Amino acid sequence: MLTYLSRRLVTMILTLLALSVVVFIVIQLPPGDFVTSYIASLSASGESVDQDTIIALRERYKLDSPVLVQYWAWLSEILVGNFGYSFEMQRPVSEIFSQRIGVSLALELTAVVVMWAVSIPIGIYSAVNQYSVGDYVATILGFLGLAIPNFLFALVLMYICYNWFGVTITGLFSPEYMNARWSLDRFLDFASHVWAPILVISTAGAAQLVRVLRANLLDELNKPYVLTARAKGLTRRRMIWRYPVRVAMNPLVSTIGWVLPTVISSSFVTAIVLNLPTLSPILLRALLSQDMYLAGALIMFMGLLTLVGTLISDLLLAWIDPRIRLGMVGAN
Amino acid sequence: MSLITSADSPEDRIGAVRDTPEAPVGEVDPRIDASHGTESQWQLIRRRFAKHRLAVISLWILGLFVLVAVFAGFVAPNDPGDVKARYTYAPPQALHFIDRSDDGWSIRPYVYGYKVEIEPEALRRTFVIDEEKKVYLTFFKRSWDYKLFGLIPTDIHLLGPEKTRDPFYLFGADRLGRDMFSRLVYGTQISLSVGLVGVIMSLVLGVIIGGAAGYFGGWFDAVTQRAIEFLRSLPTIPLWMGLAAAMPSDWSPLQTYFAITLILSFLGWTELARVVRGRFLALNGEDYVAAARYDGCSHLRVIVRHMVPAFTSHIITAASLAVPAMILAETALSFLGLGLQAPVISWGVLLQEAQNIRTLATAPWLLLPGAAIVIAVLAMNFIGDGLRDAADPYAK
Amino acid sequence: MNDTVLEVRGLSVAFPHRKGETTAISDVSFDLKLGETTCFVGESGSGKSVTARAVLNIVEPAVIKAGAINLVDVQAGQKVELSGLDPDGAEIRAVRGARIAMIFQEPMSSLSPVHTIGQQIIEAILLHQDVDSAGARAKAIEALRAVQIANPEEAIDKYPFEYSGGMRQRAMIAMALGCEPDILIADEPTTALDVTTQAEILKLLKGLQESRDMAVMFITHDMGVVAEIADQVVVMLHGAVVETGPVDQVFHAPSHAYTKKLLRASMGLDEAPHGRSTPQSDEVLIETQCLSLAFPSKKKFLKKLTGGVQALDNVSVELRRGEILGIVGESGSGKTTLARVLMGRFQPQEGRAVYHTRDGGTKNLTDKASFRDGQVYREMRMIFQDPYGSLNPRMTVEQIIGEPLLVNGLLKGAALRKRVGELLERVGLPASAMERYPHAFSGGQRQRIGIARAIALDPRVIIADEATSALDGSIRAQILDLLLDLRDELDLAILFIAHDIGVVRYFCDRVAVMHKGRVVETGTAVQICDTPQDPYTQRLISAVPIPDPRKRHLVA
Repeated sequence: MLTYLSRRLVTMILTLLALSVVVFIVIQLPPGDFVTSYIASLSASGESVDQDTIIALRERYKLDSPVLVQYWAWLSEILVGNFGYSFEMQRPVSEIFSQRIGVSLALELTAVVVMWAVSIPIGIYSAVNQYSVGDYVATILGFLGLAIPNFLFALVLMYICYNWFGVTITGLFSPEYMNARWSLDRFLDFASHVWAPILVISTAGAAQLVRVLRANLLDELNKPYVLTARAKGLTRRRMIWRYPVRVAMNPLVSTIGWVLPTVISSSFVTAIVLNLPTLSPILLRALLSQDMYLAGALIMFMGLLTLVGTLISDLLLAWIDPRIRLGMVGAN
Repeated sequence: MSLITSADSPEDRIGAVRDTPEAPVGEVDPRIDASHGTESQWQLIRRRFAKHRLAVISLWILGLFVLVAVFAGFVAPNDPGDVKARYTYAPPQALHFIDRSDDGWSIRPYVYGYKVEIEPEALRRTFVIDEEKKVYLTFFKRSWDYKLFGLIPTDIHLLGPEKTRDPFYLFGADRLGRDMFSRLVYGTQISLSVGLVGVIMSLVLGVIIGGAAGYFGGWFDAVTQRAIEFLRSLPTIPLWMGLAAAMPSDWSPLQTYFAITLILSFLGWTELARVVRGRFLALNGEDYVAAARYDGCSHLRVIVRHMVPAFTSHIITAASLAVPAMILAETALSFLGLGLQAPVISWGVLLQEAQNIRTLATAPWLLLPGAAIVIAVLAMNFIGDGLRDAADPYAK
Repeated sequence: MNDTVLEVRGLSVAFPHRKGETTAISDVSFDLKLGETTCFVGESGSGKSVTARAVLNIVEPAVIKAGAINLVDVQAGQKVELSGLDPDGAEIRAVRGARIAMIFQEPMSSLSPVHTIGQQIIEAILLHQDVDSAGARAKAIEALRAVQIANPEEAIDKYPFEYSGGMRQRAMIAMALGCEPDILIADEPTTALDVTTQAEILKLLKGLQESRDMAVMFITHDMGVVAEIADQVVVMLHGAVVETGPVDQVFHAPSHAYTKKLLRASMGLDEAPHGRSTPQSDEVLIETQCLSLAFPSKKKFLKKLTGGVQALDNVSVELRRGEILGIVGESGSGKTTLARVLMGRFQPQEGRAVYHTRDGGTKNLTDKASFRDGQVYREMRMIFQDPYGSLNPRMTVEQIIGEPLLVNGLLKGAALRKRVGELLERVGLPASAMERYPHAFSGGQRQRIGIARAIALDPRVIIADEATSALDGSIRAQILDLLLDLRDELDLAILFIAHDIGVVRYFCDRVAVMHKGRVVETGTAVQICDTPQDPYTQRLISAVPIPDPRKRHLVA
């Protein structure tokens, strides 16, 4: 198990490095370099820059050196936690980062938990009662969940809530609770806002999970060991939960890691539409204003989140599936 | 048809038994399908696909979309770029066919016109459907010029108001008074073709890389596996955004269009490569592939004649499930302003207008491109599902 | 007189579907008695499995349409009618696993892959018996000991995939016997096992039956197994019982035509062999000397190397013109690897293998380059084991048989079609079959198509890789007779790889016995089968069931 863990960690670090290379290439794509766009945005906001600052910046980011050196300079700055300065918000990005990272993470994690909690019972019910009305409804909802893009769902939800209930669902807090201390009232206010983004984010992921679980469970239900369990005298419920569900969980657990990129992506767009105080609006702004260093740092962070998620899911899978744990050949 | 061992088999031979396929002695095998013995793979697939009613209906719907996209200019009653400040945010007009007047009724298409009302609170001008004014429509109306298929200049449209100046907004108007229906029709062209072109590029990449990995194995396979895993673990939208934002803003819409599809296909080939590789690996283990080699077939013949027909249907299935993903991605990118931009019209660009909650509240018809997206994506998913079930008629 | 513990009368089961229903079994009646083994025999599709499952009412999606199943409690003198009970109800669940237990054919897929053996046995015990978990664990260890699994205290915590095939079946038996049932239903438990392992399991079952005075319902298609262990026999065909009776009567005085046919098709070692004991020709076509091939161990990054496998170890055999050489062995013996080496699929690390061509030349089979000009593939052809996997489902029969002719530039167009028609008729199929696709044909018919493909190029050697192992008895007999005819007509040499000793004795001239990659003995078929010299061969031959109840030797 330890060897498996160390192997996966090494893979993850290598992947991160590869990602940083890709991101760096993306950063370099627009014409000009960081400093020119920095100067441009400064002069756009009406400030002027003196030569010394320019020279200092060039030195800091080694912009006159070969590409590899630039890459290393950029990477080392990121690793230290220095993401640059944002002009729109007049603060170092790391400050904005630390403020919003909590909300971002909380949102992702809650969405993932909700997704799991919702999709497992639906998936099992669907597979066990194939062709029933409930299965039909679940399948249709699942398809809709896959077909409706997140932002559209968010928009429609906004519209319905506004027109029919007079409620605005943007943001996570009402103005009066925005910067207040945590209290029961603030929590209730939070809950009354957070259901909307959670609903939107988890729908697409849940639809995917339900499909995967249903398909895998249907496969397992026809396998011989289920018959053996039945012949032992188990009740139908125990027979299903102890055996095929247990086995069908394995691919589901491994899928959870791969659903993470989807969750992060969909939360990204949703956060922008619903104007949530997460990292996503910042990334969008950075992209639109071609502030590539900031954008690059944020993309790296999201990539890190994804990779950590897949690592956790792979470890979980190894833990619950003895075939992988004990190194059986052909377990996958 | 009867099975006979050699006519004069000696009595001490065990196998001297006659059996007929109608009652083969002791052999009842569900895998035999004698009634469709002469059907080729494609005929079997088509028959199985037809059993999925939902998939068949979706096929018709998709066909309708494609038809509209191809004949965009003909179907659109108004010029999509035509700004009519008089009719900003005009609501949709319902289409009626039965014209009732004092002296009986006749079949004549028409819509109701508008009258302007001033909203007392906000002092805003709004349009209201005026049931007194009837705007009659004719088929094959001559109005604005366009080029059919981009080649043939003409000005005939499917439907249009008799008096050319009359307003005809089936799906309402946007903030510049442009006809949403016509814009939607033209948007269909771009959105569908982005999906198609993107998938074709993904297909080429995926089949070549996946096929090579599956057939030759070894280090190439290992490298490809790692690469695919890496690409799959990336959060796609942020990366797409990054690539899209990195494109120079002085490129023409066409260049941006191709760049976008290139970006989309670059991340989409992994799924297709996985499918192709998986099939190749599975096929390599099949006895009939070995038999083909032992028949004396060259590598090329084995691949083309014996293996390719086995996974063509799978490729089509995977491709048809990849198109909706492409469309959704383009829509998201354009919606955020990072993909296609005005004056190019796609469903995502159209939805940009609907970002503001106040705008939405007064003009909810701006969300109609969303309906088009959902229907198109649903239809393609159903078709893909139907194909997937039908794809391997020989699965045990 | 043994007590009757199960009475089944008029049992009928059908599968419902949209257009009506298909009958699986109809009007089946039989009795099971304590201390007796009743064998249900028939070919695939006869309904024997469905009957077994119907006893426990686990036939879904099928439904029991009619009939009575009475379980007798011998001590209390009470009867419980099983078929009418709710299939999910508590009553029948109390019977399942406790009074009637069942074991299945494939222990690997019939045991849960993610639970230990111990967990699965203990679950059964806890379900039906009033013990705590420590007591259940003790009982489970006892059960494992009773089925002769070594080190039961350790074995109990292992997963199914850590066991070998025979051990898994033993574990399954232990799980079934954990609650000391009156009836044990065994659905083809030894079909997937090697013949030596089968002998051990049969012995084990018989011993357990005697010590616990159980009734055993044993389902099989192998008449040899029936003869070895049965007290009563029930013969089934197309879902109906065609004959029942004591085993001696069924074997020596069968009344139904189908029973007679089954008996004739079961190839025991008593069957008159058709091999030639003296070779017709001295001309050697294929010779191998000291072939050795080891498959490399699986390497894992940062992990220890697991052991490699010596697939071939110093193998030397000869195939002469016109002779049928049998290569016999159990799984892992290397016989399939030998065939692959001869066809150029693998290259051995040591030794030589040579093929003498028709025009007098020699081809070095250990060199991949020898196959490039295609001559070897024209004169050495192969027939495969799986009739469903060896024909490309997307090609018509004409295309399949015509492919070697086309690719070698020999025929095309109308002449090709004519030749394909001739070949089809030669193997016993009508020429019109060439327009159809493989999915229209049964397993036996597909093998005939495969044979037609093999002889299309008028070869000298045919390598038959377990060509009849996937076929039922009577069909197998037909295919073997066809091959014998072809051998006589076309002057073929056949390398026949098999694991069924009876088939080999009937069919082959000479036999080479392989075990763990080595050839342990060679001789004429009759010599090897009747008077084996090598200890492994002796063990192998003595484990073969004899389809004559008067000659029982496996379970003394």
